[in-house]
Amino acid sequence: MPISRISKVFENAKAENRAALVLYTMAGDPTPELSANILEAVAEGGADIIEIGFPFSDPMADGISIQKAAIRALENKMTLKKTFDLVKDFRTKNQNTAIVLMGYLNPIESMGYTKFAQNCADCGVDGVIAVDAPPEEDMELRTGLKANDVALIRLATPTTDAHRLEKVVEDISGFVYYVSVAGVTGTKAIDTDAIKDKVGQVKDAAKLPVAIGFGIRTEEAAHNTAQLADGIVIGAALVDTIFNAYKDGNDCVKIAKDFATRMKNAAVKN
Amino acid sequence: MNKQLHNDWSAYPDENGRFGQFGGRFVAETLMPNILALEEAYNKYKDDEDFKTEFSGLMTHYVGRPSPLYFAERLTEYYGGAKIYFKREELNHTGAHKINNCLGQILLAKRMGKTRIIAETGAGQHGVATATVCARFGLPCMVYMGAKDVERQSPNVFRMKLLGAEVNPVTSGTQTLKDAMNEALRDWVSNPHDTFYIIGTAAGPHPYPQMVRDFQSVIGKEAKEQILAAEGRLPDAVVACIGGGSNALGLFHPFLNEENVKIYGIEAAGLGLDTDKHAAAMAGGRPGVLHGNRTYLLQDDDGQILDAHSISAGLDYPGVGPELSFLKDTGRATYLSTTDDEALEAFQLCSRLEGILPALEPSHALARIGEIAKDIGKGGVVVLNISGRGDKDIFTIANAIGANIGG
Repeated sequence: MPISRISKVFENAKAENRAALVLYTMAGDPTPELSANILEAVAEGGADIIEIGFPFSDPMADGISIQKAAIRALENKMTLKKTFDLVKDFRTKNQNTAIVLMGYLNPIESMGYTKFAQNCADCGVDGVIAVDAPPEEDMELRTGLKANDVALIRLATPTTDAHRLEKVVEDISGFVYYVSVAGVTGTKAIDTDAIKDKVGQVKDAAKLPVAIGFGIRTEEAAHNTAQLADGIVIGAALVDTIFNAYKDGNDCVKIAKDFATRMKNAAVKN
Repeated sequence: MNKQLHNDWSAYPDENGRFGQFGGRFVAETLMPNILALEEAYNKYKDDEDFKTEFSGLMTHYVGRPSPLYFAERLTEYYGGAKIYFKREELNHTGAHKINNCLGQILLAKRMGKTRIIAETGAGQHGVATATVCARFGLPCMVYMGAKDVERQSPNVFRMKLLGAEVNPVTSGTQTLKDAMNEALRDWVSNPHDTFYIIGTAAGPHPYPQMVRDFQSVIGKEAKEQILAAEGRLPDAVVACIGGGSNALGLFHPFLNEENVKIYGIEAAGLGLDTDKHAAAMAGGRPGVLHGNRTYLLQDDDGQILDAHSISAGLDYPGVGPELSFLKDTGRATYLSTTDDEALEAFQLCSRLEGILPALEPSHALARIGEIAKDIGKGGVVVLNISGRGDKDIFTIANAIGANIGG
């Protein structure tokens, strides 16, 4: 089921002539309870895949939005284990939306690769992105996930040349996450013209759906990016939207749902 | 100990940057091409005659090498054990061992055509050394420094600014060295083409642990020649403090294959190993992945990195270089630890007996030298690395001593 659930959402999006919507939210932010409600809300709103961030104390590839979200989550005592509980609860209500865990390697290594992969399968996680585990270092993770039919999703970036690209797309499943800018999450704005050729190369090499992320903050950027890819990923913009609403005493769950709907509508192909 | 004496310690790291299970290249994909290009450039130039000539010329005329190996006669008498020698790295230009590595890396940066330098710093010694070589070679320099460290190391902040560097106080996380390193890595991810990251310690993704160790190995190579000249024999032990490990590995590495030379590393025990306020990653941590390498780390059950604490900003780091972790697991090195208070006492003892103000970092090693020298006994010889001078720490020390007297 797990990997095929990812394939299915891309097939469905394609059939509806739109890019699949991948939304990132941090487990435990703004609170563990609201976090559970937000997962359901963004799925109802239109997310095809939810990337759930599990917090790490030292998120060195993230910009300030997701850094702060991680700090809030840790202050709320969120852990990798509790992130699995969150997914397990979500799966009792939703069987269609794909779930991808995203984070850094140390909490995974601390749990143990085998146990982590089994937890993924048991709780209904469909794919995993470990930001600081390049192909050279993800063998243990890859082996564990493979044995449990969970997708290992790797990042391709503007600095990934043709030679490395072969390595990046080797032995993966689910989709390829193309990072649109050389930078940390949520800082530089996407330039769709500049990445067109590169995305084409990644698609040719991967023979898997390609989702583009980093730097998509507006519906316009979502729409433009949707023309290039099988999926679009939005993270920091949603994290900020949810937290600002929460901080101002507004209904952040409903605002998250509306955000998902707006972005899903924006992601239609011309 | 020394079960693996058949081991050729110079054979590490392997081609994947591993020292046994430690080391590696745990970085975001955006940085992988940079790391691989750096490795290629390092392998190309480390044996290049022009590179070596330029490097050694600067080490002689700019840094002032070789640094003396000094017989600490009064300290030796005081303890009444083995003869204690100091490797005087605090006499280098900029006042610490850090300059050795910075010169090596900036020569590499120039050859790679990089036009901008970034660095992280804890105590500020590496920041000052980086700012120094940037001034010398005319490259813009951005130093990331935890906001807490900016406060407790203000003389070094001012020195960096005088040298033309920009100092960026890091307010995220614990506002110390680990957060400065996070921020430097974020800068590098955002500027992968023009920027060279000069890492100051023997940690980070491969090839840094190897490269920094190699540039610092001049310490141990000189010490070996100097002790042979002075005593006609190798030392019984070499001793250094451990933050990330660059001064320690610089001294240790040329001695690793000398099976009769004991290796002692001294970690910072802060307020005590039985508290949660220390920086002894090997005594109180377990292996994990941070800042590009697998190594011993202070971390909780969920794999979250814990705050380190040490009175010495240069040791205030929750990890340690991967090669030191490897030397622990193989039993080649012995690690001890020193509390803040013990380091302060050792600082005062060394100042008064030898007329040398050591930095708080090597004061940690000095605090254990008496036991080591007594253990080896009269007729023995030990070499301790005075990795930096204490001028930068005088305000911290004044506060600490004042508090003790007042308390």
